[in-house]
Amino acid sequence: MRVVRLDDEDDFDGWRTAARALAAERVPADQVLWQIGDAPTDLFAATAGTALPNRSLTVPKDFLGLAASVCLHRDPQRFSLLYALLLRVLVQPHILQDRADRRISVLRRMQQAVGRDVHKMHAFVRFRELTEGEQSRFVAWFEPDHHILRATAGFFVNRFATMHWSILTPEGSLHWDTRSLTEGPPAEKTDAPGDDPVEAIWKSYYASTFNPARVNSRAMLKEMPKKYWHGLPEAALIPSLVAGASQREREMIARLPTTPRRMGRRPDPS
Amino acid sequence: MAQLDIAQKLSILADAAKYDASCSSSGGKKRSSVGGKGIGSTSGGSGICHAYTPDGRCISLLKILLTNSCIFDCHYCINRRSSNVRRARFTAQEVVALTLDFYRRNYIEGLFLSSGIIHSPDYTMEQILEVARSLREDHDFRGYIHLKTIPDADPALVTRAGQHADRVSINVELPTRDGLHALAPEKSETRIENAMGFMQTAIADGADARRRYRYAPVFAPAGQSTQMIVGADTANDRDIVARAGRLYGQFELRRIYYSAFSPIPDASAALPPRRPPLMREHRLYQSDWLMRFYAFTPDEVGDAADPVTGMLPLDIDPKLAWALKFREQFPVDVNRAPKELLLRVPGLGPRAVQAIVQARRWRRLRLEDVGRLTVSLKKLRPFLITDDWRPISLTDRTDLRQLVAPQPQQLDLFAG
Ligand code: SF4
Repeated sequence: MRVVRLDDEDDFDGWRTAARALAAERVPADQVLWQIGDAPTDLFAATAGTALPNRSLTVPKDFLGLAASVCLHRDPQRFSLLYALLLRVLVQPHILQDRADRRISVLRRMQQAVGRDVHKMHAFVRFRELTEGEQSRFVAWFEPDHHILRATAGFFVNRFATMHWSILTPEGSLHWDTRSLTEGPPAEKTDAPGDDPVEAIWKSYYASTFNPARVNSRAMLKEMPKKYWHGLPEAALIPSLVAGASQREREMIARLPTTPRRMGRRPDPS
Repeated sequence: MAQLDIAQKLSILADAAKYDASCSSSGGKKRSSVGGKGIGSTSGGSGICHAYTPDGRCISLLKILLTNSCIFDCHYCINRRSSNVRRARFTAQEVVALTLDFYRRNYIEGLFLSSGIIHSPDYTMEQILEVARSLREDHDFRGYIHLKTIPDADPALVTRAGQHADRVSINVELPTRDGLHALAPEKSETRIENAMGFMQTAIADGADARRRYRYAPVFAPAGQSTQMIVGADTANDRDIVARAGRLYGQFELRRIYYSAFSPIPDASAALPPRRPPLMREHRLYQSDWLMRFYAFTPDEVGDAADPVTGMLPLDIDPKLAWALKFREQFPVDVNRAPKELLLRVPGLGPRAVQAIVQARRWRRLRLEDVGRLTVSLKKLRPFLITDDWRPISLTDRTDLRQLVAPQPQQLDLFAG
């Protein structure tokens, strides 16, 4: 049994280097144990595979894209599933194109789930302004489903390059000072500011742009599931906005759970 | 009257803008604020919905009017001259500040600005233009801007608007000339279409100049769109689809939005007393997708409508309606049929069709393979052949609609 220690939950580079070396030797997937950080292994016969030779392998071009996304999935089996796929791709390169294949479709679904999580994080992060002396810093609290914090940094840097901002999550935090990005430790919701006066104006916009003659909670809930509501100031208005609508809509809203679930224990949304 | 504060103005002017269905921030150029003096980025692809209202609609842009005062009297519009609605007006700087405040907090990814017509078309266009100019030039804002342009405004003003905006639009409003004449007496189909033609040329010229000179000014790189109100006049679905087909062809529109006429407070007596079902709007959007992504012609979509009333069925989608009418075209063999035929199969979308075409280069597909590419096999099964599945001939089946339609109790509506 080989043990590979990866630096982090989203250590795609580490996975790639190790997978390349193992695959070059055609080490079977069930002979490799993928571990994150220094977590102790219960496998006492394991030999640590630290010094792996750097080999190059040719894989179809969208394999790396798939692997880079799937590495961010919260499924603990992800590194192992990807390595098994890599071995298969080396023999049957076209298999990636076959989305109807059972195992490919599992990995493509994981890729989609990560993609959706990234997209929803871009959309649903809400900054609150915090005044630090002369400066303003915009701070957000967000709970992604997968290990996507670093993967979303580029988007926020591009969008808010001239702002000072921080994004806090239960797995770590990111801070941008208009020049460089730094990483910080996991945070708590209470580390983020509790209010921002602009939220009241935003909420009055949200309420006015809604057309009560067209209420359609099902469509709203599909795209903005309740698990995100606790981070969205405008979501607090939804029950009262819908209250003016039909009984059926009201019941649909009432039936859904309100409490946000913590990281790592949620059922897969997809 | 007491002075309105920003939040009060915002609720009046957002309320006045909400009947416009478009809020998309898609297309155009990719931009980033890195290296600039301000904020804002665009993906160049599909936009982001930062929130959804309880009506299921996406909020990606701050969608407001500069003012809801108007010298026109379009019957379907809450802002018409004769309406008793409360009036408000933003200054250009108020809109700029609001846009930036919302943007910084990641509530929106841009601005969609429109306005009632005050004083004159040129004056109104200048006010709209000033907001866009200030955002771009004073604040180096690189987010998305969609401007509604005024059909009768000076082309020079429209040109400048297009240099700041990602997208421009003019609403054709009603699907027919008669409808427009009856419900928007001060508007003219000819003037609207001339203005759309002008913008089409400007968009094409801008794109062309960019290809030759890197720093040439572009005009609305995300193109133009329009909106039609559905159910306020007597146009049937076939009329609407035909008009949409002509508009796409003539003006290279990126999108046409359909807005089911919505009951407005203080409605005019010239309007129908009842609103159309929202499902009608939904079916029109589906027919629009058939034309844009499934290679249906407007006539083919029209074939799915009822021959007498010209209306698309409400209980089933237009693609299924077409398939039930032309059932001799089915079943289609997933392992052999050309892409165009696969796209006609109810329940198979462009992504699934693409995946089928790719997968079958390497092996033959079974029903469970197709199942992994689609949401549900139930609707598909009668229409396709796989290695391990062949339905009975569709022309022999009398219960087909019952089998695939979501509301089998409406079977008696089926005539065909
Ligand atoms: S021109 Fe017509 S549609 Fe536009 S705001 Fe005025 S009344 Fe409404």
